[in-house]
Amino acid sequence: MNVLGPLWLSVQLALVTTLVLFVLGTPIAWWLSQTTSRWKPVAQTIVAMPIVLPPTVLGFYLLILLGPHGAIGSWWVQLTGNALTFSFTGLVIASCVYSLPFAVQPMQNAFEALPRQTLEFAWLQGATKLDAFFSVAAPMSVRGFIAAAVLGFAHTLGEFGVVLMVGGNIPGETRVVSIAIYDEVETLNYGAAHQMSLLLLGFAFVVLLAMFLVNRRWSAR
Amino acid sequence: MPVRKLLLVAALLPNSLLADDVVRVAVASNFIEAAAKLAKHFSETTAVSVRISSGSTGKLYAQIINGAPFDVFLAADTERPRLLEQGGYAVPGSRATYATGALVLWSGDRALVGRDCREVLQSGDYQHLAIANPETAPYGAAAKIFLTEAGLWEDASRHTVFGENIAQTLQFVATGNATLGFVAASQMSHRNLPPTSCMWHVPESDSSQLDQQLVLLSVAEGNEAANDFVNFLASEQAAAIIAGSGYRVAGR
Repeated sequence: MNVLGPLWLSVQLALVTTLVLFVLGTPIAWWLSQTTSRWKPVAQTIVAMPIVLPPTVLGFYLLILLGPHGAIGSWWVQLTGNALTFSFTGLVIASCVYSLPFAVQPMQNAFEALPRQTLEFAWLQGATKLDAFFSVAAPMSVRGFIAAAVLGFAHTLGEFGVVLMVGGNIPGETRVVSIAIYDEVETLNYGAAHQMSLLLLGFAFVVLLAMFLVNRRWSAR
Repeated sequence: MPVRKLLLVAALLPNSLLADDVVRVAVASNFIEAAAKLAKHFSETTAVSVRISSGSTGKLYAQIINGAPFDVFLAADTERPRLLEQGGYAVPGSRATYATGALVLWSGDRALVGRDCREVLQSGDYQHLAIANPETAPYGAAAKIFLTEAGLWEDASRHTVFGENIAQTLQFVATGNATLGFVAASQMSHRNLPPTSCMWHVPESDSSQLDQQLVLLSVAEGNEAANDFVNFLASEQAAAIIAGSGYRVAGR
C-alpha cells in the first residue's frame, strides 16, 4: 500500500487551499474588521457557518452545485469540458468553503487588534488605503496570518466528510489521506492505517505546539 | 406530567429497545430495499422489530470483527460470511445463500439516450465511470473482474470513481456526476431513479458470480428472535419477496 501518495495529495490540497484562502480571506477579514455596516453580523455568521454545519450538509450542496448539471459545475464544464466533482479542483473549492472560517477569523482578530491611530497616521501621511494595509497593517498582523495559515492548512488536512461525498476516492486525484485511512481500516489493513494515522498525529502535535510556542514568544515581547 | 417523570420515561426507552424482541441486521447496501420489505413483513407477523444497518460488505465485516452489535449479517458475497464462520464470529452451519444478484451497467445521462451502454464503455466515450470500491464492495469486485476480463480495466481505471458502497455508486450516476456505472440490478427498481438512458446486463462469469450469503452471528446464537428471522429468510414467503426485488433465489 502506498502511504505517501495520499499523504502528499493531502499536503498539496492543503497548501493550495491555504494560498487561495489568503487571497480570498484577507479582504473578507479586513472588511469585517473595519466595517460598521449593520450587515456585519450577517456576514460574520455566513463566514462562520462551516464551523457548525455538518460536513454532509456542505458535501450535499457542493455535490449539487459542482456537479455537471449544477450552477457552478455546468459553467465549469462549458469552460473546461470537465466537471468539478471527482476532481482536485473541486476539492480545492470544497476545502476553501470548509476551511474559510479557520483562515478568516484569526486574520480578522489580528486586524481588529490594530491600534486605530497607527492606520490613521499612515492615511494622514498620504498613504492610500492599500499602501497603508501592506506597509502598516499587514506587517503588524503577522501573528494573525500565521495562525490563519496553520489552522487553514491543518483543518484542510483533516477534511473527511466533504471529500467522501464529492471526491469519488480516485487515487492520485481525490483519495486524500483521511479517505485512504478510512479505506485501509475498512479493508482491515491496520498496518497502513497506523502509518498514516501516526504521521498525522505527529503532524498535528508538532504544528499546534509550534503555534503555541510562537504565540508565547510574541506575547512575552 | 412533571418534567422528572418525563425524563424517567425517556431514560427507560432505550432499554426497551435493547430487549430480545429486536433483531439487529447488518445488510449489504445492494439488498437494503429488499431487506426493508422483509423486515416489514416479519415484524407484522411476529411483532419483533428489525433494525437495519447498511454499508458495504467489507465495511460491515470489519465492524463485526470489531464487536459491532449485530445479530444477523446479510452479505453480498460468500467470502466474508465464510471468514466470519471460520473466525468464530458466526454460528457454524448458519451460513446460507439467500439471493444471487446481478450486475448492470447503467446510465441516466440524457446525452446517452438511445446509445448502447456496452458500446459507450468500449469506446471510452464517457467522463466518469462509477464502480463500487472493489476492496470492500462485492459488486465493485465483480465490476473490476468484468472490466479486467474484457481488457478494459487499464483504460477504464483512468476514468473510474469509486463509490464507498453500491448505494453511493448509484448515487454518483443518478445525480449525473458520473456518466455511467456498474450497479446492482436490484437497484433498478428504486423509486427515485431518473429515467434510464441505457442499461446493459453484464453476463455472469464464474469469477464474478454474485452469490449473497447470510450468517447468524455468534452473539445471537441463543436469540430466539434472530433465529426466527433467519428461518423466515429461508421461507417461501421471503423467497417470493427476494425474487420480486430483482434477485435469483435457489429453487425458484
